[in-house]
Amino acid sequence: MKQLLNGCSVNLAEKRLAFNSLLASNRADLFRLRARRTGTLNAGTGTAGKSGHGEELHLDPSAPTLPVERDRGQSPVMRFLGSETGKGWLTISPPLLYAMLLLIGPIIVIVANSFWSQDYLTIDRTFTLDNYKAALTEPIYRDLLMRSLFVSVTVAFVTVILAYPVAWFVSFHGGRYKGLWLFVITVPFWSGYLLRILSWKVILGYKGVLNSGLLSLGIISEPLNWLIYNVNAVIITLAHSWAAFAILPLFVSLEKLDRSLLEAAADLGDGPVRRFLRITLPLTMPGIVAALMIVMIPTVGDYVTPKLVGGKDGVMIANAIQVQFGKASNWPLGAALAVSTMVIVSIVAGGIVLLLAGLKRLLK
Amino acid sequence: MRFLPNPRRLLSTYVIVYVAILYFPVLLLPVFSFNDSATPKLPLVGFTFRWYESLSGNAAMQGAAWNSLIVGVSAAFLSTVLGICAARAITRHRFRGKAAASSLIMAPLILPEIIIAISLLVVLLGLGLQLSLITVILGHLLICVPYSVTVLVSGFEGFDPSMEEASRDLGETAFGTLRRVTLPMLMPSIVSSLLVTFTISLDEFILAFFLSGTEPTLPVYIWGQLRFAAKLPNVLALGSILIAASLVLLTAAELFRRRAERKMAVRP
Repeated sequence: MKQLLNGCSVNLAEKRLAFNSLLASNRADLFRLRARRTGTLNAGTGTAGKSGHGEELHLDPSAPTLPVERDRGQSPVMRFLGSETGKGWLTISPPLLYAMLLLIGPIIVIVANSFWSQDYLTIDRTFTLDNYKAALTEPIYRDLLMRSLFVSVTVAFVTVILAYPVAWFVSFHGGRYKGLWLFVITVPFWSGYLLRILSWKVILGYKGVLNSGLLSLGIISEPLNWLIYNVNAVIITLAHSWAAFAILPLFVSLEKLDRSLLEAAADLGDGPVRRFLRITLPLTMPGIVAALMIVMIPTVGDYVTPKLVGGKDGVMIANAIQVQFGKASNWPLGAALAVSTMVIVSIVAGGIVLLLAGLKRLLK
Repeated sequence: MRFLPNPRRLLSTYVIVYVAILYFPVLLLPVFSFNDSATPKLPLVGFTFRWYESLSGNAAMQGAAWNSLIVGVSAAFLSTVLGICAARAITRHRFRGKAAASSLIMAPLILPEIIIAISLLVVLLGLGLQLSLITVILGHLLICVPYSVTVLVSGFEGFDPSMEEASRDLGETAFGTLRRVTLPMLMPSIVSSLLVTFTISLDEFILAFFLSGTEPTLPVYIWGQLRFAAKLPNVLALGSILIAASLVLLTAAELFRRRAERKMAVRP
């Protein structure tokens, strides 16, 4: 399993971070957190039910010590399927097999492709590193890779820094409307991916909303030509697109923060800045890391934003990958570009994780 | 409250500005879709429905809408079924390798979509399959399942497993328990998962762009129309309808999720 996961070249830990924070952001957790704080956790919730009356009634048919279990399942296969582990694997197998077949399988094929070469219409399956040599040394691809990395790292940090106060506000001052706040903030993320980017094109364009608005107000005398078709436009658009997504892990980590620690620090004479730097920031670091990864990794491969608002100077690696699978029809090179991107972004992500872990230790 | 009123007000203002900026581009498109001008620019000239009217006779657009509906409904149902399996295993079973298995299922959430798209493309074409709506559904399933799992895990956590045990102890078969206890209890979460995944599929562009062949979904159709500057107002009108539909679906999903939450909160 581990090897397979490494094959898709995304750090397992990062995924789990992102996964956990997303899971924890769901309403049930919110409810439990709220209930725990107000002390109204009733027997109706899952956790309380188990420890209450369920103790006696809780006959776990899968417990291996039960005699019933020994009678059933003579063959080792049947015994495995009857065990708790077997039942778990059996239950999770349909979605797991799907992910294996349509995610891990194809990624292995892509990695294999990256070591082959295109021979006009057919693919030559002799092992070669030429694609990687091209992907990593040819100036055009090197520049695109560097730019994509720069854009995704910048977008991730900008998004997280701008989102942090909002997550803080919802967590500390949201009151009973926390759920509503989160819904209102995340809705734009779920709808109109393509249209939001188009909207930025309409806003920033040479004859667009911003320019025509400023012109009609008489603030500028001719349209500004540096608004669109550059890296800045790509960064603005992506940061806007992903803003809502970064809030969720930040919010979850702020929710988990024990408020009494802040009170204790305040009682001992720490000011708000010191409290933030020495308590809130280190303790919410997992959320910050998750938010950074959840924005950085997907944005490195964004295709639409550079295409619509990036112009010639804002082209990113996904555009080059698409060309290799489209017009240029050089799948192995495209595959090598894709694999290199994922490997490099994983390395950078790992570096950021280590850096922030160091920062956390320093602050504490 | 230990905070001074001033920083607090500053923070509230910041949050309001932040949310306003979040919504500004989303709300801008509908504004210009009613503007009586062929290019979206300020100042606004006049109110018109003509961009919407010209959509009604557009066969290509209606075909794309139909394709989107087929893909969305299929992806929503299949991903919810797969999501129920995963969420059940995650919440009700304890087994070795659970964390690895669930991270693999959730992985499409943070992989760049272009990576998923090209790897699927290469494999599907390599297997000799024609690109069609089915290939789009296969792709959308990958990215919809994690959202289903997220919604359904909270659904499973919301109700007591002893209810299912009681049903079995009282003589119900495994299937009967599923049909008469588990599914009714989960229903709000299931509906929420269906609505959310349908919206995700309706909105998804990259996978559909790579995997759709000659049958475009709505976002792919819109992408094709962007080449023609003259079609922009129509695109804005169509986009506004799409955004409105997404908002309605997501709000409905949220309401169902809240109902699930209330259901477990009220029970004695």
